[in-house]
Amino acid sequence: MSEQIDEGLRSELQRQGIWVTSMQDLYNWGRRSSIWPLQFGLACCAIEMIATAASRYDLARFGGEIFRPSPRQADLMIVAGTVTKKMAPQIVRLYNQMPDPKYVISMGACAISGGPFKEGYNVLKGIDRYIPVDVYIPGCPPRPEALLHAFMELQRKIDEQKLTGADRAEHLNAAQPSEFPVPAFGAHDLEPPANPDVFEPPKIDRT
Amino acid sequence: MTPDPYFFIIIFVGVALVFPLLPLALAWLWRRFFQPPKPGAEKNATYECGVESIGDAQIQFRSQYYLYAIIFLIFDVEAIFLVPFAVAFTGLPVGAFIAILVFLLLLIEGLVWAWSKGCLNWSK
Ligand code: SF4
Repeated sequence: MSEQIDEGLRSELQRQGIWVTSMQDLYNWGRRSSIWPLQFGLACCAIEMIATAASRYDLARFGGEIFRPSPRQADLMIVAGTVTKKMAPQIVRLYNQMPDPKYVISMGACAISGGPFKEGYNVLKGIDRYIPVDVYIPGCPPRPEALLHAFMELQRKIDEQKLTGADRAEHLNAAQPSEFPVPAFGAHDLEPPANPDVFEPPKIDRT
Repeated sequence: MTPDPYFFIIIFVGVALVFPLLPLALAWLWRRFFQPPKPGAEKNATYECGVESIGDAQIQFRSQYYLYAIIFLIFDVEAIFLVPFAVAFTGLPVGAFIAILVFLLLLIEGLVWAWSKGCLNWSK
């Protein structure tokens, strides 16, 4: 909710049948009510994502049912499953091809860290090495409720994004990049193994 | 007084113009005042399921299939005629039998002609 309008006055007006809002609230309300995910799944987590979109869990209740087959029309990338090193460049490229504003949900242990295959030679240890992730969902696989929860978290995040000011949303800030370098296939690993602008290795506390 | 019947068409044209132009104008204004455009090489690249696109989209296909397609079509039609002919064969009068033979002969003649012209050879 915006700070400019006094909440008491607002509800008083609402009782009289006058609805007051701000451009920012209207904009964010519109965006969070129609988050269209990009249609792709990578592994077993994708099955849960499909279940979430189907009638039993019904992602449509949150305005996210329109899975788009083209990144040009998508707002949200649900990385649902194991990101192999062969797949990672394609994921980053798809992310780059999405128009702003764009968000990423990292679904499941695999997309977060490599999950059960973390020590595997061919699995990326988390998609957040190359693209910024907004919401992480732990689980192997996370249940559809967890994905719905992540979706609601994302909506909450969108609700709080500012239209103006220094802390405005990234896509409104010309200085923030909307593309990230695509990793290349190296001799033994992806080059570079992580994008230092995006990825911060977790601090290990050895006490 | 009834309005001119064409008056409604003018209203329709007006709505049909405003309906797409208004969102486009709003989007343009939004971009102008709030959202800085961020084009980039990757972002504007051709979408090919995330894979880097190779080559040009404006390629041309050779048209050699065209002759085969025409000859195939003729014999396809012939087959459609032959099936009812074969079904009704025992009850046919002599005139009908000769007519279908003439029809077959015409087509075979055409095939021979096309063959002798070299249409059945794959031209490079
Ligand atoms: S987190 Fe578990 S369920 Fe999800 S893709 Fe990885 S192995 Fe499959």
